[in-house]
Amino acid sequence: MKRRDFLKLALGGSAALALTHGLNEIFRPVALHASSSPVRWVFLVDTYKCIGCGFCVKACKLENEIPYDANVSRTWVERYIVTKEEGVFADTPKEARNGFTTSRVDLGQGRYQDISREKIDKAFFVPKLCNQCEKPPCVQVCPVGATYQTAEGVVLVDPKWCIGCGYCIMACPYGMRFFHPVHHVAEKCNFCYHRIAQKMKPACVLACPVGARRIGNIKDPGDAVAKTIMTQRVSVHKPEYGTHPQVYYLGLSEEVR
Amino acid sequence: MHVLRPLYVVLAIAGIILIARTFVVPEDFGIHESGYMYGWYRKANEAEWRAFKPKYQGQEYCRDCHAEQEQQVRSSRHNLIECENCHDPARGHPDDPQKLTLDRSRELCLRCHTYLPYPTSKRSEIKGIHPDQHNPGGECAGCHNPHQAPSPNRRSR
Repeated sequence: MKRRDFLKLALGGSAALALTHGLNEIFRPVALHASSSPVRWVFLVDTYKCIGCGFCVKACKLENEIPYDANVSRTWVERYIVTKEEGVFADTPKEARNGFTTSRVDLGQGRYQDISREKIDKAFFVPKLCNQCEKPPCVQVCPVGATYQTAEGVVLVDPKWCIGCGYCIMACPYGMRFFHPVHHVAEKCNFCYHRIAQKMKPACVLACPVGARRIGNIKDPGDAVAKTIMTQRVSVHKPEYGTHPQVYYLGLSEEVR
Repeated sequence: MHVLRPLYVVLAIAGIILIARTFVVPEDFGIHESGYMYGWYRKANEAEWRAFKPKYQGQEYCRDCHAEQEQQVRSSRHNLIECENCHDPARGHPDDPQKLTLDRSRELCLRCHTYLPYPTSKRSEIKGIHPDQHNPGGECAGCHNPHQAPSPNRRSR
């Protein structure tokens, strides 16, 4: 190849690359379709208040028709016990649908361990539910468009359209998705979309006796939950994944995974 | 020309697929508000979700008929607890089901009243028992009335 030809090719190639990049900037489909919805649902969990009664899990399973005895749930509560010398214990027996009625920690494989008060540095409960991420990886991987983000920010699954490939279950960094044991399609928490759409509280929020779970609209400056998120020290699960989770926590500790 | 025949076959198959697609894929399937990456779906599904029937009705619903019991619970320490947490979701009641299934089990009370010594959790502040020592196997409601839990000011501690 002649030197002149090489330079021409290199110059032309760079120009073509720059042009396509520029076009991407101009024709950003996301920007074109930027949501104008006045609502963006967010969730606030106060781990100081949670007492581990599990009424939220019971309510969720009954409300959303998730088979009660199956070991899957849209939401669950984890117990963390940080000990002085033996490390961190964490369990969620039966997703805590019956609450935590014993001080014995479920170690798995039928083994339990009682941890006495003197050994404990801190111990607390952490309710978990779908983060309704601003950038949901589970939606990106769906090959058929059966899961999506609504204008209000809630991620829904279209059970009629889902082919049950399970990609979304693998893609969620929070392990929130599972197969519905009866319908065999992807299933997940959707903030009780059917309830919030008619100004009812999600079932878990209604059932919580201590106000540890609250829902709000981050786009409404007068919203109590939005105010707390804006003015208090809140954190989210696994921010390093870049998913922009929209379930905010008060009192999250580094032991929580 | 015979060498082009496979090409015609492929084109015919592609054509059939494209025609079939217009029948199979609903009209409202496409890119919606959330954009190309997160908003590619069947729009009608949103309405299908909204039509899902709520089961939990909330205490305001119970109050209409059970005002006395509601008032009793509200003036007790159990005022934080929704009726349906113990009495089960009220959807359809009183027509169908006419009676709700009430959970009277010891395990229901133990959800909150097993004493757990967790220093950084509100749980340790709730009046609790050690289930193995406090009348094991007994039904709590035999001695305690869940609708009349001592109110904060009457509590002796």
